[in-house]
Amino acid sequence: MKLEFDIASGDFSKAGRASSRIKKMLKQLQVDPKVIKRIVVAIYEAEVNVVAHSVGGKMLAEIDGTGITVVVQDNGPGIEDIEKAMQEGYSTATKAVRNMGFGAGMGLPNINRNTDEFTIESEVGEGTVLTFRNNF
Amino acid sequence: MKLSKIIDLTNAKVVAGDTEKDHNLQRAFSSDLMSDVLTLDTEHILLITGLTNLQIVRTAEMADIEVVLLARNKTATPEMIELANETGLVLLETPYSIYRSSGVLFKNGLDPVY
Repeated sequence: MKLEFDIASGDFSKAGRASSRIKKMLKQLQVDPKVIKRIVVAIYEAEVNVVAHSVGGKMLAEIDGTGITVVVQDNGPGIEDIEKAMQEGYSTATKAVRNMGFGAGMGLPNINRNTDEFTIESEVGEGTVLTFRNNF
Repeated sequence: MKLSKIIDLTNAKVVAGDTEKDHNLQRAFSSDLMSDVLTLDTEHILLITGLTNLQIVRTAEMADIEVVLLARNKTATPEMIELANETGLVLLETPYSIYRSSGVLFKNGLDPVY
């Protein structure tokens, strides 16, 4: 089963739509609620990141018999220092994003914590690709 | 703690969600930092916050939070109420501050997450 979502830059009112749809779907598939929570938190963090930091992108989710794989891809600007970005507390978020309760430098570490497999690739001027997977 | 008791102790108004459902909450967390809320491993809690935006409702949905209490006369937006009703989140508004709401609930036996 494959799902695809567009994620628009700056549109916080829509951040969470993809994670919400995926949550409903996993519930219908009667996946363990603890497993659902971990993956939807990771997806939601990734959605908020694309809305807050990028010029826009998309998310692809694929559910198979043993788990779910998610690819989140944006069209830039890319992350200059991935090692720094993965450090808890490091953030480049704007004040507006912080005022909404995000941008504390916890997103990427939290995605890492809530997933079984996680990779991040980024190129400045090109964009960022996150790939993560959780097994059921 | 039963939802009715939380409402009573904080002098709260229900603005969204099904209060008929038997909500019995063991723990609460107070924060304006949704990034922090998303790191909690405890589900079915009460979240006390001073923030009012749509992402509060989304965060609650993803983090399996059953009830959100908006402190110090903060008002839920129509979009928040609509989404909360859709996701089944109970949204409450209280005139009490975060400190007072947390204090009164803690004193009456609602445990903290940490």
